[in-house]
Amino acid sequence: MDIKNTSHDSPPLEIYARQFSGKLLLRTEILLDENTFQQLLSLHLFTPVQSIKRKKFTYQCQRCGNQKRSLFATLPRTSGKKILHYCRNCIEMGRVIDSEPLYYWTGKPVKWLEHEAPCTWDGQLTAAQQRAADHIVNAVNNHQQELLIWAVCGAGKTEMLFPGMATALSAGKRICIATPRADVVRELMPRLQKAFQHVPVQGLYGGSKDRAGTAQIIIATTHQLLRYREAFDLLIIDEIDAFPFHADASLPFAANRAKAPQHTTIYLTATPRQEQRRQMVGNKLPHIFVPIRFHGHPLPVPTMKMSFSLKKELQKSEVPLALMKWLKNRKHQTRQLLIFVPTIQLADNMRDQLFVRFRKEGLIKSTNELAAVHAQDPDRTEKVQAFRKKDILIMITTTILERGVTFPSVDVVILDAGHEVFDEAALVQIAGRAGRSPDDPTGEVVFFHDGRTDAMVEAVDSIRLMNKRGGFH
Amino acid sequence: MNCLWCDRQIIPEINWENIFMLAKPKSLCGECEGKLEYLQGSRCKKCSRLSEEAVCLDCKWWNEHAERDSIAFNYSIFNYNSFMQDMIAKWKYRGDYVLGTAFKLDLFQVFSKRFAFLKNEALLVPIPLSEERLRERGFNQAKMLAEFLPLPCEELLTRIHGEKQSKKTRTARISTNNPFKLTKTVNKSVILVDDIYTTGTTLRHAGSLLKAHGCPEVYAFTLIRG
Ligand SMILES: [Zn+2]
Ligand SMILES: [Zn+2]
Ligand SMILES: [Zn+2]
Repeated sequence: MDIKNTSHDSPPLEIYARQFSGKLLLRTEILLDENTFQQLLSLHLFTPVQSIKRKKFTYQCQRCGNQKRSLFATLPRTSGKKILHYCRNCIEMGRVIDSEPLYYWTGKPVKWLEHEAPCTWDGQLTAAQQRAADHIVNAVNNHQQELLIWAVCGAGKTEMLFPGMATALSAGKRICIATPRADVVRELMPRLQKAFQHVPVQGLYGGSKDRAGTAQIIIATTHQLLRYREAFDLLIIDEIDAFPFHADASLPFAANRAKAPQHTTIYLTATPRQEQRRQMVGNKLPHIFVPIRFHGHPLPVPTMKMSFSLKKELQKSEVPLALMKWLKNRKHQTRQLLIFVPTIQLADNMRDQLFVRFRKEGLIKSTNELAAVHAQDPDRTEKVQAFRKKDILIMITTTILERGVTFPSVDVVILDAGHEVFDEAALVQIAGRAGRSPDDPTGEVVFFHDGRTDAMVEAVDSIRLMNKRGGFH
Repeated sequence: MNCLWCDRQIIPEINWENIFMLAKPKSLCGECEGKLEYLQGSRCKKCSRLSEEAVCLDCKWWNEHAERDSIAFNYSIFNYNSFMQDMIAKWKYRGDYVLGTAFKLDLFQVFSKRFAFLKNEALLVPIPLSEERLRERGFNQAKMLAEFLPLPCEELLTRIHGEKQSKKTRTARISTNNPFKLTKTVNKSVILVDDIYTTGTTLRHAGSLLKAHGCPEVYAFTLIRG
């Protein structure tokens, strides 16, 4: 087979280019037979790079950037061979060993289609959304490197992206939206495909059906960026303040590498962290603030309810008195209820107690109307779906439902809001679950605690401030 | 030392119970270690399955088909709970070799107690991987476990490649589809070592092959009862 003069039995080079350009892959991820691969390699269409570099006192994995000693290990030596080091940090995506290089495509790059008027969304942006959208369009047109969009929970950030994405697509650019959670990828996929009906869109996450990652629009969990290199002209990073992007250094490392040499990166957040605020204040990071929800109503301000017996009750997995008292006087008894708890254990333990109690009080009729969900729950997708369909009325949850998911009409409570897992960002995000629908734009948010923390006070202050900046007094 | 599972730093906890045996090095943090589940309570003395009966139903069946029952007994340490499944997946299938050392101490201690009756007159034989698997993974997890134990370890078994096996079956008397081949005969007792006991079929194949070639007794020691 001669690859240069493409014959009938070998795919033309453009197909390889489309498959491999912009990627950084292990040999096992390149699904080509050895002959073809060797030929492409000898033609310098693939270029190998050392996968683990030796640094002064440590190593660095070139796929994930890991330099931590405890996250490297060795394989047992086979006779006569060198000791092999591997990276433990990114091993879930296939093992990187120092004896095997990573490869990237150095053949002709892909020429992406220049779409004329690619946006098929016919909705209307609010004035606040439009202002942010204009900034994004400008950033794309001017090859501005970075722009941060600080938009309150429920501002409608996805729609704000459409004009900027359309601008990029009509210039033949490639786009990636990276988000911390697979749930969000699944939710965004159909919305984006509908908004750009004639542009190929692919969703990538661990275990996704689609694995090629070759479309002009990619929606991916942030981890998937570990497989890209100089790929995206427009990179949109959703929820930069969220775990794991915020905590796992390999994700910013990969995001940085996934950008094309000339690129625009848009950061999205509802709750910027200290470091981002500092950059905004110092004008080091161009940014725009969107203080109003798309339905024009203010953010619900949490109430704090102090209860001395709370910790004791939770320790015994008893239903807190304060919660029952509030429930009985709740203004909208028909709203669904999200109950946030700090630990998986408590979520599971509270379930049975709450069921017995709620049933007695007539708040629920059958077992199915109450459920507990957490990150290690294999049925979590189904449960969230059932809550959305209102088959489940009351959901006990860990911080896993703190962001990304939207339910139209819920009240929200936190049990033990003073627990360390509820930092300011988490509290603001949780409060932001309420009042998301134009039909029911308010909602109660209650922090049950046994002593207010700085995080709680700061969360309420910051919600008030955002409302004020949104023109509400 | 950092926890091999969650990579958090392990801060040794000193209290009155452990103050005199401080040297015990930990490879998992307390929280992760707590998620491992030891097989506890009464178990089948033949296969280690948790069971109220001294010998479980499966093993009774094997007893009645004694000609195919080649293992004196199997002893396992852990339950195959979801945490263990995650650990095995990362260790074995992702190939995170070093994670296996998390089992070292338990393996050593339980072995020393349960197999003391053999008075060191036995040989450890790990269940082998196919050559292809071994090349992919870079290590045999059964061999790794065997090497934690205080007896000599020899790789007496190899896996027959699919093709050769069909040729062999015509001549092999022992079993119609024994996937193993013996590289050397042995006249000492053998303890087969593997990571997981599920149905016991694999171990019995290995056992009958060893016994057919003069091995007096075969036992099995496995990390997990699946
Ligand atoms: Zn790595
Ligand atoms: Zn740990
Ligand atoms: Zn049994």
